[in-house]
Amino acid sequence: MDAALKNFKKFTPKSLPKVENLAQGHRACQGCGEVLALRMALKAMGKNMIVASATGCMEIITSPYPQTAWEVPWIHVAFENAAAVASGIEAGRKALMRKGRIPKQRTTIVAMAGDGGTADIGLQALSGALERGHDFVYICLDNEAYMNTGVQRSSSTPYGAMTTTSPPGKLSMGQNTWKKNMPAIAAAHAIPYLATASPAYYTDLMNKAKKAALIKGPAYLHVYSPCPTGWRLAPELAVDISRLAVQTNVFPLYEVVDGQYILTKKIKKRKPVEDYLKLQGRFRHLDKKMIQEIQERIDRDYEALVQKAALSEVKGESAETEE
Amino acid sequence: MPKRVGIEVSLAASEAACAADTDVVAAYPITPQTHIVEHLSELVADGKLDAEFVPVESEHSAMSVCVGSSAAGARTFTATSSQGLALMHEILFIAPALRTPIVMVVANRALSGPISIWNDHSDIMAERDVGWIQTFAENGQEVFDLIIHAFRVAEDPEVLLPIMVNLDGFTLSHVIEPIEMLSASEVKRYLKPYKPQMVLDPKKPVTMGPVGMPEVYTEAKRQIEALLQGSKKVVVKAWKEFAKHYGRTYKPIETYRMKGAEVVLLTMGSVSETAMTAVDRMWDKGMRVGLLRFRLWRPFPLQEFRRAMRGVKVLAVMDRAISYGGLGGPVFTEVRSALYGTFEQPQVFGFVAGLGGRDITVDMFEEMVKKAIRYAKRGKGPTYEMIGVRER
Ligand SMILES: Cc1ncc(C[n+]2csc(CCOP(=O)(O)OP(=O)(O)O)c2C)c(N)n1
Ligand code: SF4
Ligand SMILES: [Mg+2]
Repeated sequence: MDAALKNFKKFTPKSLPKVENLAQGHRACQGCGEVLALRMALKAMGKNMIVASATGCMEIITSPYPQTAWEVPWIHVAFENAAAVASGIEAGRKALMRKGRIPKQRTTIVAMAGDGGTADIGLQALSGALERGHDFVYICLDNEAYMNTGVQRSSSTPYGAMTTTSPPGKLSMGQNTWKKNMPAIAAAHAIPYLATASPAYYTDLMNKAKKAALIKGPAYLHVYSPCPTGWRLAPELAVDISRLAVQTNVFPLYEVVDGQYILTKKIKKRKPVEDYLKLQGRFRHLDKKMIQEIQERIDRDYEALVQKAALSEVKGESAETEE
Repeated sequence: MPKRVGIEVSLAASEAACAADTDVVAAYPITPQTHIVEHLSELVADGKLDAEFVPVESEHSAMSVCVGSSAAGARTFTATSSQGLALMHEILFIAPALRTPIVMVVANRALSGPISIWNDHSDIMAERDVGWIQTFAENGQEVFDLIIHAFRVAEDPEVLLPIMVNLDGFTLSHVIEPIEMLSASEVKRYLKPYKPQMVLDPKKPVTMGPVGMPEVYTEAKRQIEALLQGSKKVVVKAWKEFAKHYGRTYKPIETYRMKGAEVVLLTMGSVSETAMTAVDRMWDKGMRVGLLRFRLWRPFPLQEFRRAMRGVKVLAVMDRAISYGGLGGPVFTEVRSALYGTFEQPQVFGFVAGLGGRDITVDMFEEMVKKAIRYAKRGKGPTYEMIGVRER
């Protein structure tokens, strides 16, 4: 384990940092879970950071010139290259520090992108940056579709979900592929730290973001980001749906530290996936058979994850249990 | 003064980036650029260049890394060619908009398909409109000098735009030439350390690359255009300074035997040396033929070009790229447009030759000139034609 995590001090609801890196007044939709997750992750990492953003909802809603919601240095170049831009910032600063042209100080370099910017068009740039071992934190804000362009499917869209390019119809029941396991792909790069996180478990999310920033080398955060607009979900339910996603094992919370899987939220008795699906208009067309199929897949995937975690020797870290 | 050494031009290009004390190099290999990046990684590995070498997984990422490192305040260099340049296309437009003074060498090569590793200008001519300053080198010495010059111009606070230095793949990149290599300390007198105007720094947060709504987009574009047009002064001044320091003089346009010439042959890049031989031969035959080539291609040196064309009756333009379905090669259409409506405007004829490594001979240049003269006398000719096409 990275020495930086030895004496890691956790945030608690009473010790949340006051810093805000993302100002109020941005243009996200009401109840946007993506911007909520982003704000909390940024709070946890402090002021000493530089952010490279991909094109997508978060870029659009925070930066309509001449306004900006960014209180930390921020750069947007294109859709598929946030990880490469972050690599460049890190490399540039490294050279300048070594040559004595800027003060020697470690700064958190953050790359952020949606699920499309991560699992689809940006996958190559991300893989390159993880493999090269740049010291940066990559945040994937997963709202399970291309929201910025009007809710088109991505490889991260869940099975059965309706999007504008996976519409249910006479011959279709919506998305006909299973969600790509992006964290597993990131983990395959043998990076020192990886975690999944959810805005419903905000201290957990913030602790993971802080760890990701403290650890030297590449860290990957995969953050559940509910999108009321694209999911046809009541805006006031963004946090509830995030909690349900964890309680149903749709979106399990875990870390991978130096290759060791650690479940950070153990679910003793999972809720039926139907509880989760029925709140969202994007799943309204699903029949019993498909819901059953989804339930089986979730149980199987979760079991596989539990097995991986059991194989890992958990040192000092005990998961909180959720009924 | 440094002495001349015999060196492969690619390696000289790397040595120039090294003498300029580059901070970051991010590049992806592609023939015929490979020797440049290989040598740069060697220079870094041997501790001769104190830089971060980022071995990216694609040219798209190479250019993205360059934008990131330049935005972080680092002097940044890269090199590419052909398919690699095309893969960068999307990011090429963004680099000038973010005011990142990246210097890139392009070893010019044909574009697919069919795939060809050989030299022509189809790669760079597809990137004319990206907002970069673009220069073309004729020989190895010029490659070295133009790279040093590029850093000075790009980083000028009045410019802060990226620059591409073009050199012909293989026919120039892979030849060994005697080159006067300036050392880092000699270069330092001319090229001061990069002082960025705006950087990504947690102490002074800035937002770079925001959304341009319709109320601001046009103004943002005009600003880049004004900067690029305005950069010509700085380009020329930096060449004058270069001459003061190192004794070699460069201008936006190079001409040869233009005095008394009625016909002018226009070329780009390193073929000019063959073209000179053709011009000499034609003078010997009593033909009054001059030669002109653009060293500076973006911003287009309009005044200099029009001035050079005064009194010329016929202009034969050779393109090394094709513009499918268009009005002729890119250089031809541009120069004809540049002359349109000028006093005593010459008759302009376009020729496309030397595609994908096809040799261009002295005879071919003579053929182009003779054809142009014939068409001019007749008062008409084809809009443009291809030279040296095998019919069987
Ligand atoms: C090369 C390229 N292709 C397509 C687009 C159009 N585009 C912009 S954002 C986007 C989708 C973003 O989806 P995601 O990354 O999931 O982020 P979200 O908006 O959902 O947060 C698309 C398709 C683009 N900007 N660039
Ligand atoms: S579309 Fe969805 S992700 Fe985008 S701002 Fe609105 S709620 Fe947030
Ligand atoms: Mg998305």
